[in-house]
Amino acid sequence: MSKGSTIVAEGLRKRYGDLWAVDGVSFTVGEGEFFGILGPNGAGKTTTLEIIEGLRKPDEGSVTLFGEQPWPRNAKLLPRIGVQLQASSFFEKLTAREQLETFASLYGVSRGTAADMLELVGLADKANTRENKLSGGQRQRLSIACALAHDPDIVFLDEPTAALDPQARRNLWDVLRAIKDRGKTIVYTTHYLDEAEILCDRTAIMDKGKILAMDAPATLVRGLDAPTSVLIERGIVPVEEAKTLAGVDEASDDGVSLRLSTRNPAKLLSALAERGALEGLQVRGATLEDVFLELTGREYRA
Amino acid sequence: MTAFRSLSVAMFKGFFRERVALFFTFLMPLMFLVIFGLIFGSSSSSKTKIDVVGDGPVLSALQQTGIVEFQHVDSFDQAVQAVRSGDVPAAISVQGNQVQLRYAASDSVQAGTVQAVIRSVVDHVNLAASGKPPTVTLDSQQVEDSSLTAIQYLTPGILSWGLATSAIFGSALTLVNWRKKQVLRRIRLAPVSTGTVISSRLLVTIGTTVLQAILFIAVAMTPVFGLKLAGQWWLALPLLVIGSLSFFSIGVLVGSIAKSEEAATGITNVIVLPMAFLSGTFFPVQNAPQWLQTVSEVLPLRHLNDGMVDVLVRGKGIEALVTPTAVLLAFTLVVAFAASRFFSWEDS
Repeated sequence: MSKGSTIVAEGLRKRYGDLWAVDGVSFTVGEGEFFGILGPNGAGKTTTLEIIEGLRKPDEGSVTLFGEQPWPRNAKLLPRIGVQLQASSFFEKLTAREQLETFASLYGVSRGTAADMLELVGLADKANTRENKLSGGQRQRLSIACALAHDPDIVFLDEPTAALDPQARRNLWDVLRAIKDRGKTIVYTTHYLDEAEILCDRTAIMDKGKILAMDAPATLVRGLDAPTSVLIERGIVPVEEAKTLAGVDEASDDGVSLRLSTRNPAKLLSALAERGALEGLQVRGATLEDVFLELTGREYRA
Repeated sequence: MTAFRSLSVAMFKGFFRERVALFFTFLMPLMFLVIFGLIFGSSSSSKTKIDVVGDGPVLSALQQTGIVEFQHVDSFDQAVQAVRSGDVPAAISVQGNQVQLRYAASDSVQAGTVQAVIRSVVDHVNLAASGKPPTVTLDSQQVEDSSLTAIQYLTPGILSWGLATSAIFGSALTLVNWRKKQVLRRIRLAPVSTGTVISSRLLVTIGTTVLQAILFIAVAMTPVFGLKLAGQWWLALPLLVIGSLSFFSIGVLVGSIAKSEEAATGITNVIVLPMAFLSGTFFPVQNAPQWLQTVSEVLPLRHLNDGMVDVLVRGKGIEALVTPTAVLLAFTLVVAFAASRFFSWEDS
């Protein structure tokens, strides 16, 4: 397949009781793309993923994967997709290597890839450790390795970084980048906005079953036209004087720093530099969190 | 490696690395063998102890029956007191031709045995004293091999129970656990058929059953227990396989209905324990009311039990397998159909 669309989802809707968990979701994912579905808990991310994977039938709408319908269970598609489920689904009492070999064999893949996969996710030294003796981050990495064991073209990861400590999350990011470098298409859900911003080629922001915005994270942020915050140590420049500096829209003292809001950070920074007032400088651009706030009118809470 | 083989290997490994499962599967039945062996096993402890005062031909004849064991006491009053307090089921005093027996009705079985034995001994001595030849002669002999002891009957029963328990628990818990941890769902996302998943678990069940049986019978055959197998004991093997098939189907049904391990354990206990008692695993079911015996006729354990006693102990041939095989297979089909109606790959 050329650089065409790997996934085409159109008007997906899925209802649980009175609630439309997925309420009219359409998007396409291109080959080799790292696509993030972003949103708070209960936004409908997992259900959307499950419909695309062929685990659930949409009430309305259609989806194709490599031009094929994933529902009902499509044996032709299964070898091409790798799935990491939210719960860590492992066979009991098996070591990391045994888990990988077992999952690979379900696809008729020889045991040779296990070592390679352990290497990829940085668990080579844990090959003979039982799954239940691994740390949370290691388990997540192992379960991603298991999703990749049969060398699929597309990988679905459902909140792989949830409940991990910051260090483990960063380790996992490296793993995800390494997978992308192998040319895989990745579709993943997360409720960490900062993470999506760093990792994804394109992000769909979901809330209450709907996609609110979809684009490259940087484009989404730029589209906001939100001011940049420039922070310097308080007391260097008086607040009243700061308000008159070039490019400043607003200035306030929050008790720790002097916060300057600007739409022209370049101008402001040179003005500050001229005065030698760059002590404790921090520049904070708008983030996806601001995008979410703008779109929903409420603060983002994972 | 094929999916079937690797799934089987994964389950075997998971099972053999779980100490608790190993204990329940292999040691529990042996523990029961020891306990029941101690209760019913040694012939010396099955003698009834009675208190005795005095001496005479009646007592020596009584001793020869081998059914009672004497404890000599000084006075009859003291002996009667011991009966009253339940220390012994009966006391006997022999003064010349006067035989006095006191028994406790609270222990009706032993008291009955003792009464019958003493009455027959007294009659026998009376007859001998009269000098007349007996009108009726009695020739009584055990029909089984004379080496037959309680262990011969206990072993097939306890073994069948042990096999049923571990087969049902094993398959039910695997299913519940795999569904809960979404392993089933994950397998569903691989190009593996339902048949492969089910049959690999069945292979594990049959394999475990055969291992269990071999270990159990090997231990029962040691001199401590002294089990002796009948000539065509190997006929037990096909019976074991068919038996585990039916228990596997129960396990899959339980695993399909139960949503948690706790529920699966509870449901399994509710099925296995009554079934064990109704099937005559520990105690003969022949004394039960007729309707209860009819109920037991549909239980797979009853037929596995009967078949095992027939081929392992009674020395019957292949014809003894016909009924058990037919019932077990029919049972499996019915339960498997029910299981397929309830089965789901994931919690809804």
